[in-house]
Order: sequence, then C-alpha cells, then structure tokens
Amino acid sequence: MTDMPAPSDVKLGLVIDLDICVGCQACVVNCKEWNTAGYGAPLSDINAYGDNPVGSWLNRVHTFEAGTGKDARVVHFPKSCLHCEDAPCVPVCPTGASYKRAEDGIVLVNEDWCIGCGLCAWSCPYGAREMDPAEGVMKKCTLCVDRIYNDTLEEEDQIPACVRTCPTSARHFGDLGDPNSDVSKLVAERGGFDLMPEQDTKPVNKYLPPRPRPRQAEIEDDGPVDLVALANSNNGQASGFWSWLDKTLDRLQ
Amino acid sequence: MRPAFSLIVFTTLSGLGFGLAAIIGLGLITAPTAFWWMVYNGVALALIGAGVISSTMHLGHPERAWRAMTQWRSSWLSREGVLAALTTILLFGFAVDGYINGAPNFALGVAVALLSLITIWCTAMIYASLKTVSRWFHPLTPFMFVGYALAGGLVAAVTMDSMANGGASVLTQPALLALLSAAIVALIWSKQAGAEGSGSTPESATGLGALGPVRMLMPPHSEENWLQYEMGFVVARKHADTLRKISLGLAIVLPGLALLAAASSPVALVAAALIHVAGVMVSRWLFFAEAKHTVTLYYGQRH
Repeated sequence: MTDMPAPSDVKLGLVIDLDICVGCQACVVNCKEWNTAGYGAPLSDINAYGDNPVGSWLNRVHTFEAGTGKDARVVHFPKSCLHCEDAPCVPVCPTGASYKRAEDGIVLVNEDWCIGCGLCAWSCPYGAREMDPAEGVMKKCTLCVDRIYNDTLEEEDQIPACVRTCPTSARHFGDLGDPNSDVSKLVAERGGFDLMPEQDTKPVNKYLPPRPRPRQAEIEDDGPVDLVALANSNNGQASGFWSWLDKTLDRLQ
Repeated sequence: MRPAFSLIVFTTLSGLGFGLAAIIGLGLITAPTAFWWMVYNGVALALIGAGVISSTMHLGHPERAWRAMTQWRSSWLSREGVLAALTTILLFGFAVDGYINGAPNFALGVAVALLSLITIWCTAMIYASLKTVSRWFHPLTPFMFVGYALAGGLVAAVTMDSMANGGASVLTQPALLALLSAAIVALIWSKQAGAEGSGSTPESATGLGALGPVRMLMPPHSEENWLQYEMGFVVARKHADTLRKISLGLAIVLPGLALLAAASSPVALVAAALIHVAGVMVSRWLFFAEAKHTVTLYYGQRH
C-alpha cells in the first residue's frame, strides 16, 4: 500500500550550500553517470546529438538572480528529490510503485510496478520526478541507495554520487533526523531552510542561504572603471618598477 | 499542464457514459422494446469503454494497468479505476438482467446510478486533490465534472428517448435545467478556481526571497525538458477567454437551443449531443492548458 509509513527516526537527505555552489554541473553529470548504470532502468537520452535532445535526469542545477541592482546576486541552485516526510508523490500512486522507506525515509519507485501514469510527477511541487522517455517509467533521485549501503565500495564512496563529486563541497549527505549529526549542526548553524514550506511537504533536504555580504548599494564609488582609458593613461597610479617600465616603454615609442 | 488528447477524451467520454448510466439506472428513460433497451445501455457502455481505453493510452506501461486497482486506500486514481470497473460490470449486469426479465431491476439501477456518480467524482478528485495545481485544487472542481456529466447524460438520454419513443422526451425540461446548472457551476468554477494562486512564488520556491526578487538567469538545460513539456504548457493561454466562450456555446447554448426549438427532431438532437461533446472537449482542453503547476516557478514563470 502507498500509505505513508510512520515517520522514521533516521531521515537521510542532503544539505545544499547555496553560498558555495559554483554551478559547475559536475553533480548533474556524475548523478547521470552513476544512475544510468545503477538502480532501475538506464536514464535514457533520445536524439542526444540531434536538434532537440531529451532525456531523464535526477538532478539539475538552475541559476537564479536574487535581488536587484548592485545587490543582485547570482545563485546556482542544484535541485533533486527532497525526500519529503509528507511526500505527496507517494499516496497518489495508484499501483504502490512509489513508496517511502520506513527505515531511512528514502522515497523510491519500484519500476517493475510503475505504469507510467505520471500522477506522482504532477503531485510534486518541485519537479523532482521525470518520466523516462524510453522506458515509460518514473525516474527520481534514489539518494544513491545503491552506493550508501554498498560495502563493496570504499568508505569514502559510500555517499551519493552528487555529494562525492562536488568539487566545492556544496553538497552534504547525512541523517537529518539526528540533531547531533554533522548535517543537522550545519543546518542549525547556517539557518538552513525548506523549499516551498507552504506546500506542507516537510522536505528532508535543506538548503543553506548565501552568506550575507555588505550592501553594495550603500558603498560610494564613481561607477564602473573605464579599463581602456586606464590602460591608455598611466594616470599617475603606477609606482616603482611599473612606473619605470611605463616611462621606458613611452620613450621607446 | 499539457492537454494530453488521451486524457481529454477519457474525462469527456467516460464522464458522459457514467452520466448516461445514472439516468438509465434511475429508470428515467423507458425503452419501448428490448432492442432499444440494449441500445441505451450499449451506448453508455461504449462511451465508458472508449474513455477507459483512451486513458490507458496515456500510460507508459498499459499492460500493467491492472496494478492501478490496488491502492484505493490512498490514491484517487486507484479509486477511480476500481469504481469504473465495478460500475461497468454492474451496468452490464443491469442491462442483461433487464433484457432477460423485460423490466429493469430497480435496486440494481439505483446502485448503478450511485456508483456512476461516485466514479465521476473520483475522476475529478484525481485533479482536485493536487495542491501543486491551484486551478484544480478547488472544492467546485468535482461538481463541475459531475455537472457536465449529468447534463451530457441527459442530452444523450433525451436524444435516444426521442428516437425510440418518437416526439419530445419528457426529460427535455430536466435536460435544459441540467445544462443551465452545469453552465452556472462551470462559470463560478472558472472565476474562483485558482484565483488566489498557489501561494508559492519563485522566492518561496528557491528560499532566496530575503535577498530580493528572484528571477531565472539560466535554465538547467539548453533544451526544453520533460517537466516543461508536461507541466509548463502555455500555448493559447492568451485565447483562454475566447475558448471558454466557444466551449460554453458548444456545450451548453447550442444544445439548449436545439432542445427548446426541435425537441422532437432526432436529427437536431443527435447534432446537439455531438456538439455538446465537442464543447465539453474544448472545456477539458482549457482545463489542462490553463492550469499552472508550481514547478514552472523554477523555470521563469510567476503565477
């Protein structure tokens, strides 16, 4: 039955640091690489080298601009399944293929039962589920369930592929049900937040906000520097070796 | 939301079929001969069957569709599947029983009528239970579906009654009333449903509202992805008001005029019934096309 299990003590999930993410897309690529050969059907790509390629992905990085004027900030925004406590995608499933694990809270799809109706994707506010265009079944982030419990891997590899590959450590994996875990402490320290709390899904994954920085609009300056003019005229700003080089080069003209 | 043709046909035809089944089940139209009895029930069964077959064409794995019967405790889609199957079997039994005994079984008929209405309700609840689509997440959505189904069922019943018994059907006035009621519910629904939006914004979707207004700088992919294809449908949204008038004209006004002016002309009535179906299909197309999903907040839309 797709009735929700009682809330588990262990709530495995991700903490994503929006201050650190540089939008390199490495997590997107490594997710696709691991999961196309791992749990369930491959993540297909149709017409991959054609005009209109389509394919299923479990993790995508958006880029937003937040704020206006000089205080506008570019924020790279990775998004995958948030493994919600009240996951709306589970009870809507007519076949029982979509389920939440009672032991660790991971939301998974049993692809042998999935009829590909797409209702779970409609019920997810975040767009965390995508229909596979070749297999006709619903694909979603498994939190790399085939890595995190996999004793045949090195211990440092027993974390989700996206976390393992992130070059800036913007992604963290752990038990958000344990208030003393590293990820829970990070959330408490940095003011981690939920996406769309008004949708009442109680996401397990948390996001850390960009760190505050001085308000640029209040800092006096003379506007953008004209780099071409600066290069053409020494403007008396060079000194020492650079001043000597400048004058010498002038003389050689 | 993408207006998938399979779902438009499914909700329109199965709604009409169950609406007609409810009228037949309540014994509101009388069959002069056994032949007409089978025609009445056959038309209802054919409409339901066509709708259900169309709905399975929406699936990635239609061969596993039976699995959708299992999760009736939590899923409206599953409930719809179970009730549609149950009601269809019961309607078939009711039809055969009426044929053998020469008169419809009253208790069985009432059960068919009740189950038909509940099935239409479940179909609508598949949509009305989705909090992510504010246009659908409204208490009037199931009333709108039932309203159209009963109006359509009565138009179909009047048409067949007139063909079978000659002259104007006694159901002509009730059919007019049903058309009017369906129109009123549909109009109130279209004014109110989703008028307040989903309550979600790009700011709440990203949690970046503290920094100021949030706008998309770069989408995650250079090409449209499945999420945008499935849930970011925007084509013809600007024609929504025109299309709504067309749908009400076809589904309500023209059939209503036919019932008023030519209630004893089978040709006019058949045309009215077909035009009604076309109108309901336009309104179902709009039902999907107009609906905005919260995921589009991540792709540069504001609701």
